[in-house]
Amino acid sequence: MISVEHLIKKFGSLIAVNDISFEVKPGEIFAFLGPNGAGKTTTIKMLTTLLHPTSGQIRIDGFDPLTQQAEVRRLFGIVFQDQSLDDELTAYENLEFHGVLYGVVKAERRSKIEEMLKFVDLWDRKDDQIKNFSGGMRRRIEIARGLIHTPKILYLDEPTLGLDPQTRNHIWGYIKNLNAKNNMTVFFTTHHMEEVDRAATRVAIIDQGQIVATGTPDELKKKTGKATLEEAFLEITGHEIRAEEANGADRLRQQRKMWRR
Amino acid sequence: MSTIYILWLRQLKRYVRSKARMIGSLGQPILFLVALGFGFGPIYAKAGGGNYIQFLGPGVIAMAIIFTAMFAGIEIIWDRQFGFLKETMVAPVSRFTIMLGRTLGGATVAMIQGVVVLLISLCVGFTPVSWVLLPVALLFMFLLALFFTALGTAIASKLPDMQAFPLIMNFLMMPLFFLSGALFPLAGTSGGLFVAAQLDPLTYGVDGLRLALTGIGQFGYVTDLIVLSGLTLLAIWIGSWLFSKIEI
Repeated sequence: MISVEHLIKKFGSLIAVNDISFEVKPGEIFAFLGPNGAGKTTTIKMLTTLLHPTSGQIRIDGFDPLTQQAEVRRLFGIVFQDQSLDDELTAYENLEFHGVLYGVVKAERRSKIEEMLKFVDLWDRKDDQIKNFSGGMRRRIEIARGLIHTPKILYLDEPTLGLDPQTRNHIWGYIKNLNAKNNMTVFFTTHHMEEVDRAATRVAIIDQGQIVATGTPDELKKKTGKATLEEAFLEITGHEIRAEEANGADRLRQQRKMWRR
Repeated sequence: MSTIYILWLRQLKRYVRSKARMIGSLGQPILFLVALGFGFGPIYAKAGGGNYIQFLGPGVIAMAIIFTAMFAGIEIIWDRQFGFLKETMVAPVSRFTIMLGRTLGGATVAMIQGVVVLLISLCVGFTPVSWVLLPVALLFMFLLALFFTALGTAIASKLPDMQAFPLIMNFLMMPLFFLSGALFPLAGTSGGLFVAAQLDPLTYGVDGLRLALTGIGQFGYVTDLIVLSGLTLLAIWIGSWLFSKIEI
């Protein structure tokens, strides 16, 4: 379903993704793990047509995201790592916008939006603007939005960041059910290793732009001789804390306030 | 079609919901109308130009439109920084459609702003010579709005953040505005200034608008319309091309 060969992405002198190759089969729940700044999000951006690779080849269900963008975009849904909602629209309007863009017909759209907002327990807040929502609530809206249409491939970039265990369980239950029912391929990143243990059929670990291990969760545990996936992960990637480049979002938030008045 | 509509609708909702911005952006045109209109009025009349507010009105309406439109185009930078742009960029619709919907939305907002300033100018003594040509005036207003929203989109597609915003305002928008003949008649200007005005797209918008509202103009409807609509198409074409090349 997803096939990547010798993928490289450079930003100036920084090599974010350094010659990675992997394959994800249809219906797999594939965990793409790595420390902060390892190249996970950059890879997802290249898989989803948002970034052009420096070199290497990607095929999504046989299509090339570089030259067949429209075909590729029809295949997937995505929940981004950072916020991608419109602050000044309501929860309902954000989902409606998404539904229209993805060509979900009106009647189905309405029932699906209601179903998803009820699923993340925010139906009673549907007419509130996103700017009044807490971080966790925004996260839930993002996930609800990502599931309005049923794509062949679902990308989840740290979907459960900042969510409590109840919500995480709830959401993973739903995704696993979709996966089983529709044979939907799931490609996700996370820092919660117990999520990987519970959901993933296969794992790839990326560190400093290179894939350093692949296998099922059990294989990785066996290979490193550790009892838990977290220990195995630390064994493979080391204990050192990674530096991550800051983005200018906070500075810009200030600027926007200034211009908006 | 529904994609264009939902993007258009989004721009309008955002506009209606930020009352502060709506009112704030009227401050500048009102100040220009009142301070310049009444300030220069007596001198303009003494010099034989007639009623200055009558001359200034279309110029200030154009000003309200172009600043709002440019701002609407530039807003893509915020969408990029705050993540919403990603949501539209991975959707299975062509980026040209997205750009068109956005641009039409921004242009509509700028049009509304222009109509509000037209109404205000009526209160301070501006009177169109005939209402029959109002549709023509509205057409010129809409073309101006489209051109500047598309221009803003083109510029924003190449900028990573808002750092360059003052640069755009002071080195692009202000010169375009001051050289356009919005504030003074081009007929009396000499050499260099007249040439600069002729190179300024806004000149033709202001001229056409003034011709429709007051019957006085420099270049005539045909020239105004051809130049302005030609440039608008060009801006939309370049804007959508640059927009389609955006990487996030």
